[in-house]
Amino acid sequence: MIFGAIVAGGVGNRMNLSGLPKQFLPLGNSKKPIIIHTLEKFLLCDRIDYIYIGVHKDWLGYAEELLDKYEIDTKKVFVISGGIDRNLTIMNIIKVIETNHGENPDNIIVTHDAVRPFVTIKMIEENIDAAIECGACDTVVNAIDTIIESSDGKHISSVPERKLMYQGQTPQSFNISKLKNLYFDLNDEEKNVLTDACKIFIFRNHPVKLVKGDTFNIKITTVSDYKIAQAIVGGSKGD
Amino acid sequence: MINYVYQLISPGVLSVKYEDINFKSEVIVKPTYMALCHADQRYYFGQRSIDKLRNKLPMALIHECVGRVLNDSSKKYSYGQRVALIPNVVCTSRNPLLYENYEKGSAFLSSGKDGFMREVVNINPDRVVPFGDDISEKTAAISEFISVGVHACERFDKTAHKIRNTIGIWGDGSLAYVVACILKQTVPDVHITVIGRDDYKLSQFLFVDKTYFSDSIPKNFNVDHAFECAGGEGSYYAIDNIIKYINPQGTAILMGVTENKVPINTRDMLEKGLTLVGSSRSGRKDFEKSIELLKNPKFQNRISRIIYEDLPVSDISDIHRVFRTDLNTCFKTVFKWNL
Repeated sequence: MIFGAIVAGGVGNRMNLSGLPKQFLPLGNSKKPIIIHTLEKFLLCDRIDYIYIGVHKDWLGYAEELLDKYEIDTKKVFVISGGIDRNLTIMNIIKVIETNHGENPDNIIVTHDAVRPFVTIKMIEENIDAAIECGACDTVVNAIDTIIESSDGKHISSVPERKLMYQGQTPQSFNISKLKNLYFDLNDEEKNVLTDACKIFIFRNHPVKLVKGDTFNIKITTVSDYKIAQAIVGGSKGD
Repeated sequence: MINYVYQLISPGVLSVKYEDINFKSEVIVKPTYMALCHADQRYYFGQRSIDKLRNKLPMALIHECVGRVLNDSSKKYSYGQRVALIPNVVCTSRNPLLYENYEKGSAFLSSGKDGFMREVVNINPDRVVPFGDDISEKTAAISEFISVGVHACERFDKTAHKIRNTIGIWGDGSLAYVVACILKQTVPDVHITVIGRDDYKLSQFLFVDKTYFSDSIPKNFNVDHAFECAGGEGSYYAIDNIIKYINPQGTAILMGVTENKVPINTRDMLEKGLTLVGSSRSGRKDFEKSIELLKNPKFQNRISRIIYEDLPVSDISDIHRVFRTDLNTCFKTVFKWNL
């Protein structure tokens, strides 16, 4: 089976826009919450059997009521409590998936940031194909700016060759069994460092396939991102 | 939901518009195959007048498209169902005496409104026509084009007198070919002659009764009725020829689009008592008839012979490529839509 996992664990402390976490802010002329825009894209992909949304426990009720308000099919979409970081939220979702649907070595999970509403059906489809083929994949775009590495924050330690550089987005998709095995094999220190699930695969020398993203598949994290997103879709500006 | 709309913003320049669309109220269709039309080419290569380009762009091109249903709140269509999309947007107060495609207030996608070059198309359930596995998506992609021919034949049937022994088709392009296919299928006993200029194109009309080069028409040649499918600069010569060779009280269906006005020999037209009928675009009934015709394997095979399938479109540079490819294909260019 194929599962969608929409990660919406944020509590919105970087936005200073009302009291809402950023995934719940209105976007576009419809003023639908960002997470609903994202979810609707996933719902259009019939290869995904079920979609799990991981939210901070304080926002569980709010998220559930949003699904009701926007008449989302609650036989297909479920809201669960996320963990303290991204990987733990994914692991919580996997735990619920396996409780509800059992374990299967072929199960695939397509993880995605709730705050990336510009995801396309094509990206989701290509993620599924790549995860089936390779076991893990990451959605990326070519780096436009030169990437600079600095280990002390004051001086350049290296300037990697730009044409080899990409910027990671989401979705990131995985074979559930492989992700679980690799994650639970890490010690606590490694878990703290390997905050990106793809990094866990790389750390254990497992190939991760690249899927082409889009420069407009932005992550709405700051006030500026939100204003840009509103400008892109022609919605009113919010402060 | 945020949709990607691939718009032409000026000739040869494409940009993506991100549009917030309603997920619930309409059918959501993922385009699978599209076909190019001369009208799209004229926008893409800037061959429309400056004021038309200024008024209509930015706009997504393409009005020939099939796709698969992703969501339908009305539950009329199921997930994955194959459908042809009707680009004609009907006005709210329809007069049943008029065809939907000529009604004042009707609009047309890719002529003032965004065409089908989008990630998904949100469309009224009345504007999709389902088709089955017996028709390939590649061929069904030109069902809008076929429906334009079907509509012209319907206009002909309603207008022309019943002496219908011979029909002349002026033009040797895709439109002439499709009209010839429809006539051969629907009125098989009528003698069909195609008049054209291009040796190779004329040679593809294997199933008609006769073909002539436009400069070698026999003096005693005549037809009861005619279809003008030339368009552009060829329209003048085709219409002039039709008036010369058509029998008295014949009906000529004019289908070719011209950018400039065309002088018409009204003296002979009046003397012969001719009827000239303008025919363009199509409506739902014409689409349904097209799908019916395509179910016939012989008809589908004939249509498929004029279709060239270019490589799939998977990014914006591929859109530029298909427009260039189409310049070098004799008939219709279709492509898989992977965006």
